This record gives sequence, C-alpha cells and structure tokens, in this order.
Amino acid sequence: MKRHLISAADLTHDDAVLVLDTAVQLAAIADRPVKKLPTLRGRTVVNLFFEDSTRTRISFEAAAKRLSADVINFAAKGSSVSKGESLKDTALTLEAMGADAVVLRHGASGAPYQLANSGWISSVVINAGDGTHEHPTQALLDALTMRRHLKDDVGDLAGLRVAIVGDVLHSRVARSNVLLLNTLGATPILVAPPTLLPVGVETWAAQTSYDLDAVLPSVDVVMMLRVQSERMNAAFFPSQAEYSRRYGLDARRADLLPEHAIVMHPGPMNRGVEISADVADSRRSVIVEQVANGVAARMAVLYLLLGGSEPPASTEESA
Amino acid sequence: MSERPESGGSAGEGVAATDEMRVVMTSDDVRRALSRIAHEIDERTKGADVALVGIASRGVPLARRLAERLGDIQGREVPVGELDITLHRDDLRLKPARPLLPTRVPAGGIDGATVVLVDDVLFSGRTVRAALDALSELGRPRAVQLAVLVDRGHRELPIRADYVGKNLPTSLRETVRVHVQEADGADAVYLGHEPGAAPITTDESSQS
Amino acid sequence: MSQTYVLRGVRPLGGEPVDLTMADGVVRAIDAVGAALTDDSVVLDYTDFIVLPGLVDLHTHLREPGHEEAETVRTGSQAAALGGFTAVHAMANTEPVADTAGVVEQVWRLGREAGYVDVIPVGAVTIGLKGERLAELGAMADSAPRVRVFSDDGKCVHDALLMRRALEYVKAFDGVISQHAQEPRLTEDAQMNESELSGVLGLKGWPAAAEESIVARDVLLADHVGGRVHIAHVSTAGTVDIVRWAKARGIDVTAEVTPHHLALTEAEAATYNPVFKVNPPLRGEADRAAVRAALADGTIDAVATDHAPHPSEAKDVEWQAAAFGMTGLETALSVVVDTMVNQGRLDWPGVAERMSIAPARIGRLADHGRPIAVGEPANLVVIDPKATRIVHAQSSASRSRNTPFADRELPARVVATFLRGRPTVLDGALVSATGVDA
Repeated sequence: MKRHLISAADLTHDDAVLVLDTAVQLAAIADRPVKKLPTLRGRTVVNLFFEDSTRTRISFEAAAKRLSADVINFAAKGSSVSKGESLKDTALTLEAMGADAVVLRHGASGAPYQLANSGWISSVVINAGDGTHEHPTQALLDALTMRRHLKDDVGDLAGLRVAIVGDVLHSRVARSNVLLLNTLGATPILVAPPTLLPVGVETWAAQTSYDLDAVLPSVDVVMMLRVQSERMNAAFFPSQAEYSRRYGLDARRADLLPEHAIVMHPGPMNRGVEISADVADSRRSVIVEQVANGVAARMAVLYLLLGGSEPPASTEESA
Repeated sequence: MSERPESGGSAGEGVAATDEMRVVMTSDDVRRALSRIAHEIDERTKGADVALVGIASRGVPLARRLAERLGDIQGREVPVGELDITLHRDDLRLKPARPLLPTRVPAGGIDGATVVLVDDVLFSGRTVRAALDALSELGRPRAVQLAVLVDRGHRELPIRADYVGKNLPTSLRETVRVHVQEADGADAVYLGHEPGAAPITTDESSQS
Repeated sequence: MSQTYVLRGVRPLGGEPVDLTMADGVVRAIDAVGAALTDDSVVLDYTDFIVLPGLVDLHTHLREPGHEEAETVRTGSQAAALGGFTAVHAMANTEPVADTAGVVEQVWRLGREAGYVDVIPVGAVTIGLKGERLAELGAMADSAPRVRVFSDDGKCVHDALLMRRALEYVKAFDGVISQHAQEPRLTEDAQMNESELSGVLGLKGWPAAAEESIVARDVLLADHVGGRVHIAHVSTAGTVDIVRWAKARGIDVTAEVTPHHLALTEAEAATYNPVFKVNPPLRGEADRAAVRAALADGTIDAVATDHAPHPSEAKDVEWQAAAFGMTGLETALSVVVDTMVNQGRLDWPGVAERMSIAPARIGRLADHGRPIAVGEPANLVVIDPKATRIVHAQSSASRSRNTPFADRELPARVVATFLRGRPTVLDGALVSATGVDA
C-alpha cells in the first residue's frame, strides 16, 4: 500500500478491500464500553484545514482519538492573496513540531500532492479534499456504505451500478468515486447537464447521461452531489428551479428506483434543490449512516498508514 | 509460514515435515491434550460462569474445540469468543501494519465471567499481555485464566499458563509451529529450524 | 579606437569556415581561414563553431520599473547576452506601465547603461493595460527608443473596436500590434489547457478556442484596415491554421512561438509543479506538433522567449496561487536546437531567419538581423553546436529561477556574443561592459 493517500487511484483492489475490512472491524469499537484503542498512542495527527469543513474535520479527529493519537487542529487561512505564507511555511512549522501524519484539506487542487512530494515534511499525507480534484476517504466511506447494504459487508462492489448525479465538473467526490468504484468492480454512471460534465469525460471509466429518469430504474445506488448557487451565476444552468426539475431527486423519481436501491449524498445537502426533503429522510436514504461510516473508514486509513512501521506490503499475508 | 501439509493424514504422517523440523506432538497427542485440558478447566472452575476466548488466529479453533469438549463434560453450551490482539501489540511500530482479524465477544458477554484465554503457543508472554489489554476493553471478567497447547519457555513478562498441553523446552534458535486441522488440514506441533528463519527472536508474529 | 577581433574558422550560418574580422562596430573582412590580417587583433579560435546574426527577442519581460525583485533591465540584459541575443523587446507590463514616452525612455536608457544588449521597449496599446483607452502611441513612436511594437501583453486587447483603432493608428509610423490572444470571459481563473487532463487534475481549463477566436478576429480586422498584426506566443494547432489561412490571403500577419511551447506539453502539469504554469498554457501533443511544423515552414515567423521571471515566493506555492510564466533567455537557442535543428526540422540558416532576421524585420530594427557581410553591423553570436550542458536553475544570470528545463540536458552552447563588435560574452561568460553613448 502506498505511503500517502492522495488519490483514490493510490489504492489497488486488494488495498481497498483491506481498508473496508479493517473499517468493519474498527467500527465495532463504537459498541464497546471503552471506545478507544491504544494503537496510535504517541503518534501525532495534524488536521491541516485551509477550507472550513467542520464535518470532515470532526470525523478525522474522532477517528484519530479513538486510536489514541494526539490530534492537533490547525485551521489555516490560505488564499491566493496571501501567497507564500500559506502551504509551505505552515508545512515547515508542522515538521518542526513532529507531526506523524498531516490530514490536509485545501482549496487548491494538487496541494496534498505537492505537500507529499515537496520535501517540506516527512509525515504521511492524507488528502481530506483538494480543490476540485479528489476526496479519497469520502469514496472509501461511500464504498463501505454500499458494501454494507448491497454486499453484506464482504468483498468488493463487483457488478453494482452507481449513478452519480450533479455538478461532476467541480466535484472531487465524483472524481474519487469514479476511480474507486472502478477499482472495486462497480460501474459509475455520471448524470448531469452537459455544462457540468468536464471536457474529456468520455475518456473516464464511467458512463454518462443527460437523462436522470432513464438511468434510475437500472441502478443500485444513486449518489446526489451538492449544487452550489454560484454555478448559476456562471451560467452553468439557467435557474435552480430548472435544475431541480431536470436533475433533482424527488419522491416521483425515487419511485423509479429498484426496490433495493439506496440514496446517498456526501453532504451538506441543499434540501429542495438536488434532493427533496422527503427523499433525504426516506427509508432508502443512508445519508446519516454515511457519516458514521466516515469515522470507521478514516480509522482504518489512519491505522493502515500509521499503525505499523509502514503500510502493509501485501494484502495476502495475514496475522 | 511453513508449507501446508497434504490433508487426509492422521497421526501427522501425511504431513511434509522439512529436514529441519520434527514432529513433537502428533494429532493424537493434540487430541488427548485438549481433552485433558477440558477436564482440568472443568475441575478448577467448578460452579463458575466460564467463557472461552481464543486468541486469533490459531487460538480460535482450539478454543472452539475446548468449548465443545467442556460442553460435553458439563452438559451445557459453553460460550466461545474470538480476540484479535493486533491493535494492542507492543511491537506495532516495528513492522508494517497488519490486517485485522475479527473480534467476537462470547454470547452473554464477559462481565463477571471466568474467561479462559486460549492460544496455541506461550512464548515471551507479550501476546497474552496484549490479549489482557484487549479483553479489558470488552468488559470486566471476574477472573482470567490461560490455556495453551504448548509452553516453550523464554518468558519476558511475569505471565504463566493455568493449563498446558505440553511443556516444550526450546532454544531461542528453534522454531515451534502449530498446525490445526481447521486451517492446515491436520493437527500437529513441529519443532526445529525453519530454513531461512532468523534466530534469537521472541517475536511471536512468526509463531501464530 | 575599439579592439579588433578575428573569429578564426567560424562558419557563418553553418556554411564553409572563414576568418571573420570585426572592427569599429562592423564586419571589416571575411577571408579564407588563416588569411585574415591579425596585427593588433585578438584572434579567437572558433574552429567548427557557427556564427549567426545576433539573436533578437520580440518578447521579454524585464520587470523594471516596479518588480526588480524578479529581474532588472541589467540582469535581464545579462541573461539575454548569455543566450546569444543582441536585441530584446521589453514588454510594457511594468509598474508603472510603459504607456508614455517617459517610461519607455527610462527603460531604453537603463538598457544602454547596462550595455549588454539593445533594449527596445514595447509600448502599451492601452493606458495602464486596462483595455479602455488607447495610450499615446505616437508619442512613444517619436521618443528616443522609437517604439514600433505595441502590446498589452499579459492582457488581451479584447475590445474589438479598440483593437481595430490600434491597428489603424499605428500605420502612420509603420507600427505593429502584438496581440496576446486570450478572450477573458472564456478564461476567468483558468489554470492550464482545457483537456482531459485538466478534468482529471481538477484544474480550471483554458480552452484553445479562447486564443483562436481572438486570432481569427484580429487577422480579419488587420485585413480590413490594412494594418499589421503580430500574434504573440502561438500555442494551438487552430491558431496555426488561422495564421496559415490569413497569410495565404495576403493579410499582413506575423507570428511567434516560445521555446517552451516547442518543447513541452500539458503533461508536465500532472506533477502540479508551478514551474510549468504559464500563459498561454502548455498544450497537447497535437498542438506541439503543429507549432513545430509551422515554425519549420515559416507560417510562424519567429521564436520569441516570453521570458517571464518570478521570485520564488510566487512559484513555491500551490498551483492556483502561483504566478504564470517561465524564464527563457538563457535556454532559448538550446531548446530550438534540441527540438528543431537536431530533429531535422530546421537548418542553421533557418535558425538565423527565425531567431534574428525575421524578429528584426518585424520590429523594424535597422542594425540587427543583418546578413553576415562586410560593412554590416557586427551584432553576432558564436555557437558551439556540439556541446551539451545540464541546465542549473541556481546558476542563471537572471535573478529568477523559474526555468522549466532545470536539470535537463540541452544541446548547443553560446560561446560568444558581440554587440557592435564588442564582446558581451566570451567563452560562455559575461564580459563586463561599459555603457555606450550614441
């Protein structure tokens, strides 16, 4: 397994299944009287967040603390205005503080890659979301959720059809999911208006469609992406109402889904825009569970990357 | 890991021992030892609420068999659990991270019970120390005892087994290998030098 | 009296070896090897070396006034001389902008004081590069440096009416508008070429059509008003096609390409290393092939470096926060040899044409890009075509280190550069110069 987790493509099939299996074991701690393991005692994990994200930061913090790691939260303000004092100088400071792992959330695509390869720090780097590029731990918790509901918590996601609906162009969740779903044997189907699909998407390992109604009856999972109102100002679509009408998941569309299909959303939701309130709260929706799975998935990643002297060399050897 | 023996052999004969490894317990020896341990557990825990917990990985099938044997003796269902101690090891940082095996609490939990930990080989005692830590996070037993198939000496911590299948004096240069039918096709215990194995380590990761 | 130099065994434009004598600022004699008179001369053994007219750059950023932390006229001139240049056009996006006679005269004077190359200031097309009102183009044309090339480079003259007026107005003094073609509405906050790769990397794309649509418009405007338009840093196959079409119709359009667009593609961006962030961006394989072919067949008239120095704090950051641009003066010739000469696409006379003669013609420079003949000004560069060297960012003469060729091995080496018969570079090292008075 690679030393850093920057992209979902860093994980082979066996690596990904190992992460999911480990997450299942670690999730069980939540049911124990003592919800803590000594595994990362004495290790320091720094949450270096240049973008506000309370939800993801708390998830990583909970994951690290349950493994007894020391957690330092660093909410940095970095923008193109304050260039030169953001990433590099902060990284050098963290290195001096002796961080074992840096969990980085940054508005610039490629920032974790640069951090890991710059020589500024010697810690393990975990990408918690970089610009519009990737969000690998989100894809892992999504896979964990899908596997629990559709594959009995075992193996990979072979044969599943997963619709990813919304602003694919600007979505790091979509990019990581397309990569990881392919690695695990599933088929992603991207559904969006043409303006929200990237140039060159036909070379991605995913099907695409402009027609949500046509896709829904054949999928096992529908994952709704958040749509931001700023996109309307840049003329990606004419109005929120038209977007909702054509691409929003409401009760009528939810009824087109097969009986077993689940509804997912990385959050935070725009209720009434990409997803109606009743669908978000329906029995198909696993959105709340995704959050809990996030802690388990992140515990697994922290353990596998930091728990030993190095990540597992081969997933064939077992204890 | 040593090679898998061909299945179908009883008495350890179908097993492909290497030139350097010899059989010190045949499958009959193992069967008898487990039977004796079951009786000893029954005597020493008379009246108590007993639960068996196997230490992953080879302690688990041994614990199940002991539970069955003990159940026959006592005429009841003896609860059995599994304990993965990877996350409590004191040598985690020295090796690459390892995949986790399941941890399953015995039916009825362990609070107030007499838990008998079961493992294949007792060596430095570090695995058992980790198991005690792991157990304490699952609940609070009234007492904890230890049953092992083989005690090979060279303790590094003040830990002793309550029930021992066989005492096997060894040198640090030697390797002890336990095969169980459920995982390896037949029961046997080997002692010797594994080709290419590094000597003088009590690292039990190479044992279980 | 100035020192007389004899270049022994040198090969003009890669042709037969000769002895070339320079004195009093001109080529005094061209003789058979060994036949030159050498009393009171310094004889330099340049057997097997090539001599070309001194290189002329149509597009350089010297950053002074205003951004001397990145480069000054002096350090930029030194870098240029080491790269074999005898004249460079300094772009107007300084601070203050070079949109008045006063600023252009200041830049010109700094160049003369440094004395390494002829620094020809480029005048801004619009005041402050704001794209709203024409700058005093006539005043700049009449000033001491006699500005003939005007450009808002860094920015596009995107208003069609202003571009039309500019093209018409400069006809009065044989000026040319050098257009940085970039439709701003299509490229807001763009980071790299828009392609499959930008989609995968999560970097906002800069579509080729944003360059091509402006180029198409401008060649048509130049045609309509009978003006002269020059396309800066051509980067796409589509632009090449448009320029070819325009030339076939007799439109007075010229074009330049940078060494980095000849050498590199967008694949470099996959490392997220901002040394590869540039405007216009590195493009795809097909675009690179098209500009190489166009430079070979003359559709693209000239190589221009677009030397864009930046201090490390502007480049040692995440991609989105980094400044656009690469240095290029010291590596330009080597890159052209690597991508064009050694690949058989261009010969040495072709290099002379693209890197000296054509740029001098476009800039209307009387003394540069001249034939190597008796009586012509001795603005020359001597090149060792067989040498190779590894580019060391830390040892560049430019103040800035943002070269995309760091640690790469490149062929050919500038051995000597002569500015009006006086060496500015000898044996690959700067010769300290005193300022020259007119």
